[in-house]
Amino acid sequence: MADPRVLVITGTRKGIGRHLTEYYCGIGDAVVGCSREASDWRHPSYVHHRLDVTAEADVKKLFLDVSRRFGRLDVLINNAGVASMNHCLLTPLATARKLVDTNFLGTFLFCREAAKLMQRKSFGRIVNFATVATKLNLEGEAIYAATKAAVESLTRILARELAPCGITVNAVAPTPVQTDLIRTVPQEKIEALIARQAIRRFGEFRDIVNVVDFFVRPESDFVTGQVIYLGGIA
Amino acid sequence: MPEPRAINQDSVRQVLFDTIEEINETLPDDRKLKKQSETRLFGRDSSLDSLGLVNLIVAFEQRLADEFGLALTLADEKALSRKSSPFRSVDSFTNYVLELVEQSGSG
Repeated sequence: MADPRVLVITGTRKGIGRHLTEYYCGIGDAVVGCSREASDWRHPSYVHHRLDVTAEADVKKLFLDVSRRFGRLDVLINNAGVASMNHCLLTPLATARKLVDTNFLGTFLFCREAAKLMQRKSFGRIVNFATVATKLNLEGEAIYAATKAAVESLTRILARELAPCGITVNAVAPTPVQTDLIRTVPQEKIEALIARQAIRRFGEFRDIVNVVDFFVRPESDFVTGQVIYLGGIA
Repeated sequence: MPEPRAINQDSVRQVLFDTIEEINETLPDDRKLKKQSETRLFGRDSSLDSLGLVNLIVAFEQRLADEFGLALTLADEKALSRKSSPFRSVDSFTNYVLELVEQSGSG
């Protein structure tokens, strides 16, 4: 039997990250995940690291662990993210900084360290998380959408820089999915947002995994630098 | 897992030589790097182009992790802001790694 694929997924304690982890472990892949808190989920193919995605030394240790356990890395899914819904006039600088750190710099740091490991085998698949909020210029999400716009730029440029290493870099941009990320967003705001989609329903986990699966399959080696928006946002 | 090797100038330089050997496999004969202390890695006198230097730094970082269990970032702010690049020669790069090891308390 072929060796299992090796994935690193960030933000695996709950929400979409947790679903992705359960899904990939369930189909026989090995997953190394992380979150700021300990995970209550156990699986023989899952290893959890407790860290902040912006802590460089801890992130490097995670990849050292991946290198020692498996000697390679096939897929990185940069799912970890924080949101803050607020009018710009009422957004504290500390909140803005936290969003930039986690959503943008955390994604950058994981891309950089993952690519170092992936280029050894001249193969890798990186999937970042963008958002439809960027495309829709959503009021109340200035900082969140801007950090994800930065992730889109990062995705496109890393796609070019890492192409010679056999690494593709793409992003999936979900619509609202019922997770903690949107817990505090008022119902009417969510409904208004969904009304702007071509297909008017909540996003589901399967919608995201479908796009991630497409990006990471070996046949997608000619697909890089792309951002796929769900729900018919264009 | 074998016991990590001692970290000193000789062992770090040897890992850099091993890295050079790896990079040389991708270079044409007239641009291969010599495994010598004074070999230039960066600048006009180096046979590496900019992407070649990137590959060398990343491969060296990976080998240091494998050989010594070190989680160092070689291209850190200090390295990039120095007037005289620590990546300029085999010797300066070796010494820079030892400096980072000392600072991180891993030595």
